[in-house]
Amino acid sequence: MFLENRVALVTGASQGIGRAIALAVAKNGAAVAVNHYPGQSDQADLVVEQIAMAGGRAFPVAADVSKRPEVEEMVDSVVKRFGSLDILINNAGITRDQLLLRMKDQDWDAVLATNLNSVFYCTRAALKWMLKSRFGRVVSLASVVGVIGNAGQANYGASKAGIIGFTKCVAREVASRGINVNAVAPGYIRTEMTDRISPQAQDELQGTIPLGRIGTPEDVAGAVVFLVSPAADYITGQVLNVDGGMAM
Amino acid sequence: MADLNDQAIFEKVRSIIVEQLGVEENAVALETSFEAMNADSLDIVELIMALEETFGIEIPDEAAEKLLTVGTAVEYIKANS
Ligand SMILES: NC(=O)c1ccc[n+]([C@@H]2O[C@H](COP(=O)([O-])OP(=O)(O)OC[C@H]3O[C@@H](n4cnc5c(N)ncnc54)[C@H](OP(=O)(O)O)[C@@H]3O)[C@@H](O)[C@H]2O)c1
Repeated sequence: MFLENRVALVTGASQGIGRAIALAVAKNGAAVAVNHYPGQSDQADLVVEQIAMAGGRAFPVAADVSKRPEVEEMVDSVVKRFGSLDILINNAGITRDQLLLRMKDQDWDAVLATNLNSVFYCTRAALKWMLKSRFGRVVSLASVVGVIGNAGQANYGASKAGIIGFTKCVAREVASRGINVNAVAPGYIRTEMTDRISPQAQDELQGTIPLGRIGTPEDVAGAVVFLVSPAADYITGQVLNVDGGMAM
Repeated sequence: MADLNDQAIFEKVRSIIVEQLGVEENAVALETSFEAMNADSLDIVELIMALEETFGIEIPDEAAEKLLTVGTAVEYIKANS
């Protein structure tokens, strides 16, 4: 198993895409820290249990990733528990959709804090360890919306485009240290995040996808596993679109 | 002449440099510059952070920029710890 002896931290891993990523990296041998929002541990515990039942190693770690002190504590606890941190998957994210003219300051701030500040805090804290061990893989979840835009998601699109710029800058900073930094930009993936979209809008959306179907969390997890695998050792600073061809 | 305390600080700093930059111990003297040891900007940042951790001090960016040799780093640590 190519991720044997690797330690991974997946943020927002109690459901949806994060959950699928946690299961997939564990399946390939990594020990996984399953991050979840404080106070909501039931689903994260289930993910941990599922990994353990399949013979993998995992533990839940609570932290609101939009808060720096909580992030630093989380990263320290992962290193204490598993001895290192080799793989960071920045997955936690939220939407607060609204046309710009009606968008409230809180909607903007919350999305930027959860989606983008979190990536800054988590990556900075993780890099400290990765630099020491001269190895690291960081993959952040961007979005097709950060690449081609979407009406009603200026806050979300800004946060995701921000992740892409961040990824390229940090990839250049740490490339000489064996640390690869990439992003995955999913298109329309069936999760709780997208279940909120009305059925009519879902049908319309599906019509815009060249591959003709809505994606699954496993579609995204497969791309993430590729980027942290030895097959992607020569890939850094890239954005891999996993969107059925929406952006090309 | 360095007193014992200076010497102790120097030895600690030297061991951090040896580990961080992968240079030989005898290549590190008080007057050696970090540039001469082929330290790039990221090396310097890692070094500064290791010094902060080891000596329990904070080295602000303005001060860090002036630490160009091993000796200036030792002096700074002596004055601030
Ligand atoms: N689904 C899509 O179509 C799609 C498309 C493009 C990109 N993405 C991106 O993919 C990522 C995962 O999306 P998803 O569809 O799986 O979303 P999801 O089902 O809503 O899951 C998001 C996860 O992040 C967690 N989370 C939110 N805020 C957090 C915080 N402050 N601290 C810690 N955890 C937090 C949530 O925990 P709680 O539920 O406990 O709050 C949840 O477990 C996101 O970054 C999203 O933007 C999704």
